Amino acid sequence: MNRVLLPKNLPELWSFLENEPEARVYAGGTDLLVQMRARCADNLVLICLERIAELTGIREDEDGFWIGACTTFRHLLNHPRIREQIPVLAKALSTLGSPPIRNMATIGGNICTASPAGDTLPPLYVLDADLILSTQSGERVVPLSGFITAPGKTQLERGEVLTQIRIKKPEGYRVQHFEKVGQRKALACAIASMAALVKTSPAGVIESARIAWGSVGPTVVVSPDAEAALTGKTLSPAVLEAAADLAGKAMAPIDDIRATAVYRRRVAANLLLRIGT
Amino acid sequence: MIIRFVLNGEETQIDCAPDRRVIDLLREDFGLTGIKEGCGSGECGTCTILVDGENRLSCLMLAVQLEGKSITTIEGLAGENRQHPLQEAFIRCGAVQCGYCSPGMILAARALLTENPEPTREQIREALSGNLCRCTGYQKIVDAVEAAARAMQKQKEKAG
Repeated sequence: MNRVLLPKNLPELWSFLENEPEARVYAGGTDLLVQMRARCADNLVLICLERIAELTGIREDEDGFWIGACTTFRHLLNHPRIREQIPVLAKALSTLGSPPIRNMATIGGNICTASPAGDTLPPLYVLDADLILSTQSGERVVPLSGFITAPGKTQLERGEVLTQIRIKKPEGYRVQHFEKVGQRKALACAIASMAALVKTSPAGVIESARIAWGSVGPTVVVSPDAEAALTGKTLSPAVLEAAADLAGKAMAPIDDIRATAVYRRRVAANLLLRIGT
Repeated sequence: MIIRFVLNGEETQIDCAPDRRVIDLLREDFGLTGIKEGCGSGECGTCTILVDGENRLSCLMLAVQLEGKSITTIEGLAGENRQHPLQEAFIRCGAVQCGYCSPGMILAARALLTENPEPTREQIREALSGNLCRCTGYQKIVDAVEAAARAMQKQKEKAG
C-alpha cells in the first residue's frame, strides 16, 4: 500500500515533507499515477497538492501574471485575461490532452514532468517564464529555460516544490503563434510543436523573434541562428524558409512510435512557414 | 482511513486504503458498475465521473481525493423511475451500440450542457474529445447530445 497525504495549506505541506523527505508530490495525477501503475509502485508516500489554496489561482499585476503551480489547464483556459494577453499559451493549452485531462492536470505538473513533448513548455520558454521554487525556509527564482536538464529531470532539489509561475506580458508582439502536430486532435502526444513571438515595426520589419520547438530534442529546442536570420527582415515566405533551414539544424529529434526523426525535423521546421498566416 | 463525501446526492463515508483508485472503490465497494475501465491511463474517458460537476477520470484519482467532494456517477444522473434527457436521447438517436463508452459519454455531455446549454456540433465534438467510442463513429452521439440539449431547454421553458 502507498500512503497518500492531502495537505490543506503550505505549512502542512512543509511539515509532511519534513517527515517524509522521500515523498513524491503530485497535483492532477495525470502523469504520476499512470507511471506508478505501470511500475506497480508500492510502499511509497505520495503527497497530493490539489487542496493547497496558496498553490491555486491566477493573479494579474501591471507587468504580468502569477500562476499558482496547481492551477488546472481548465482554470487557465477559462481566464479571459490569459486568453487575451498570452494567446500563445492559451492556444497550447487548448491542444493539451483532452477536456477531462485539462480539468485535472496542472501547469506546474506539466513543467515538472519535464517531458520533451510537454505542450506548455515551448510557449513558457518564449515568454521567458520564471519559476518560483519553494522550501520551508525560503524560495528561489529560476528561469524555465534552465530548469529542465534532461527528459524527466529538473533542477528541483529534495524538499523543494514548484509553487508559482511568473509570466510577464509580452508587450508589442504582434504575432503570438502556437502549433502542434499530432496523430489526432485530442489525446495526442506532440510529434512536433512550435511557439513563436514576433515583434514587427509598423513597416513590417521584424524587430525581434522568439521561437521554441517541442518534441524535437531532449527538451525545448531554440535556434538563435533562425531568430537572427529573421531579425531585420520583412516577413515573407523566402525569409521564413531560410530561417526554417537554420532551425532544422538546431534540432535533435528521435524516431519513435509516433514519427520518424526525419519527419519530425522537417515538419517542425516547416511550422515556421505558418507564422505569417 | 475514513473518507467522507457525497455520492449521487447522499452523504456517505467509507473506511478504505488511501491509495485505492476511485474507479475500484466505486465499482467494487459501492457496486456502481456503470463506471467502466478502458485504458486505465486517462486516454479513453470510460471511467468518467463528475466531481463537483466537472468531468474527471476516476482511474487517475486516489480515494483520499474524494474527501469532501460531491460525486455523480451514471447511476445518480437520472431521477427515480425516470431517465435523464441525455439517456433518453442516446437511446432514441441510436447513440448506444456496445454501450461501454455510454456512461462516460453521457456524463461528459452532462458537464458540457451545464456550462453551455446550447452547444454547436463543433463544441459537442470538442467537449467529448476525451471519450473514445469504437462503435458509432460519433455522429449519432453528437445527434443525441444536440437532441438532449433541445429537450432540456424545452423542459426549462415549461418549468419557467
